[in-house]
Amino acid sequence: MSAAVSSIREPLIIGNKNYHQITEDLIGPTEKAPNRMWIIAFTLSVMTFGYGIFSLCWTFYFGIGAWNANRTIGWAYDITNFVWWIGIGHAGTLISAILLLFRQRWRTGVNRAAEAMTIFAVMCAGLFPATHTGRPWFDFFMFPYPNTRGPLWVNFNSPLLWDLFAISTYFTVSLLFWYTGLVPDLATVRDRAKGVRKKLYAFVSMGWTGKAKHWQRHEYLSLILAGISTPLVLSVHTIVSFDFATSVIPGWHTTIFPPYFVAGAIFSGFAMVQTLMIITRKCFGLEGYITTNHIESMNKVILVTGTMVGSAYLIELFVAWYSGYIYEQFAFYNRVLGPYYWSYIGMMGCNLLAPQVFWSKKIRRNIWWTFFISIFVNIGMWFERFVIIATTLARDFLPSSWSYYWPSWVEIGIYVGTFGLFFTLYLVFARVAPVVAVAEVKAILKQYGDQYIGPDAQPHHDHHHAHEETIVEDEDLAGQKH
Amino acid sequence: MKGQHKEVLFGLYNDEVVLMNAISKAKKQHLDIMDVYSPFPIHGLDSVLDLEESRLHVVGFIFGTIGMLTALIGMSWIFGGSLMFEGDWPTIFGGKPYWSLPAFIPIVFEMTVLFTAIGMTVVFYIICGLGFGVDNPVLDDRITDDKFCLAFQTNEMDAGSVDNLKGFFQATGAEEVHAKTI
Repeated sequence: MSAAVSSIREPLIIGNKNYHQITEDLIGPTEKAPNRMWIIAFTLSVMTFGYGIFSLCWTFYFGIGAWNANRTIGWAYDITNFVWWIGIGHAGTLISAILLLFRQRWRTGVNRAAEAMTIFAVMCAGLFPATHTGRPWFDFFMFPYPNTRGPLWVNFNSPLLWDLFAISTYFTVSLLFWYTGLVPDLATVRDRAKGVRKKLYAFVSMGWTGKAKHWQRHEYLSLILAGISTPLVLSVHTIVSFDFATSVIPGWHTTIFPPYFVAGAIFSGFAMVQTLMIITRKCFGLEGYITTNHIESMNKVILVTGTMVGSAYLIELFVAWYSGYIYEQFAFYNRVLGPYYWSYIGMMGCNLLAPQVFWSKKIRRNIWWTFFISIFVNIGMWFERFVIIATTLARDFLPSSWSYYWPSWVEIGIYVGTFGLFFTLYLVFARVAPVVAVAEVKAILKQYGDQYIGPDAQPHHDHHHAHEETIVEDEDLAGQKH
Repeated sequence: MKGQHKEVLFGLYNDEVVLMNAISKAKKQHLDIMDVYSPFPIHGLDSVLDLEESRLHVVGFIFGTIGMLTALIGMSWIFGGSLMFEGDWPTIFGGKPYWSLPAFIPIVFEMTVLFTAIGMTVVFYIICGLGFGVDNPVLDDRITDDKFCLAFQTNEMDAGSVDNLKGFFQATGAEEVHAKTI
């Protein structure tokens, strides 16, 4: 057994659960017929996604001209949405990887859903640059492979190509990590299922039986995947920020971009996790597994990263002024007081000011406040990307080419469509697989169940006694070996 | 062993602590444990069972190195400009050297991570004998739920030894004892 847990720690599993109850609670939702709310939500998502497909087809038929992106503002709505979705995709791997390395046990309640969210968000994100190329059926030109065009290779010095590598790697590693974690839980579903369902789950659970050696290797694999995912997740948004930072556009070529983008990505990712988890726990009755403690922990992360992002905004302004470089100064003057001043206000208000309410413990532990603020953060982070991309480009070096940008219905349709895609995939996932990591929750039950720690803890003399006995025997065995 | 049926006698325990004590006792009595199954990883089980440390991280390191070299050698071979490679198609970008190593670092890093992750995961499934469509025999459906299972192979045992094992299960607090041929 693992080390004893400090008694001041608060329980993470509430409701005096035992192992079987955990299985019932977490696997249960996949075994019932979907309720009416799920069917309505699913229908809406599929319809929204359909509208997105329609807008995409419109784009392919009429060309990129159907968008309002213009010569001055060439990166507009699509790249804003791309960076926004990629940012959202950062919380999943952060929760599963970095929090695993830091031994933060509260990750077990939310990691599975957050990882799924990551994968779906990256899929939505990838759609934008793929479409932005104009002829997505030639997108495979971006991958370096021996070809008959020279062979003409891609530019390995370009941050855009680094981005391609970073995002494909991120997607693949997140998928492997997520699925490998899911296999034992799918086996649990299999062993409870009957008939065709059993066959289907037997196929996807890969013949998992829970052998001691397999668990040992599984833990090794998870740990090392976490170890390599940690720098990976930081590298992905760093490289996304390079898309801007290595350019020569005032307002973009700043060295603060990598850390500021990474903090922003974690910030928006956690906000999206909050939004989704608050709905999920309510719909599936998972209040005993995604507790107020989980929500509070995530709100703390939101507060920290929000304040980091906020100070980056202020430092940017200071450095622009202090640099004495008039183009940089103009770029930032334009951000705050230019034609897109409203999006700057939205960004500052939602990202810097709104999360500050989380200094209050009461608000951090309040579901409604959390939900409300998480929506604010999602909007604020979208504004941030819009401010960086559209505002900066709108006023370039030549006043004659200054422009204003507003998305066309086609662009809005694609963006709305990605929400449809995201929620369609999430809703399907929530039906077919447990949204909380069953095995991982069971593994922390004896340390974090409310019958073991916290105000409702019951004295478990037998257990503690047995626990000590094992340790003694462990040492005995170790002694025999030497 | 392949193709041959295994006769298995297994006990189901309700708690991992009881199971661990049972395993320790089995080890002391020099009983030949076939396997232990549990619904979640049990901390400290490896040392009680005398399981060897997994060498999966070595696999990760090897694949990572292959990924790193693939990226580095690939890009150097294409762009040339170094002592080793002439270049398959050297191109000047912004007046920078053909072989601009710092610009290669992001891709080298991503490829290292990609190869490590794919390589380790694939090797994990192969050495565990797991994969899509693999149908391993399940001793009891509740092992992935809340039962902890200690299994012995009884193919070449006489009735006395089997009874002895049954007695062992009873003495160590197993809730149920079953025999199954897999």
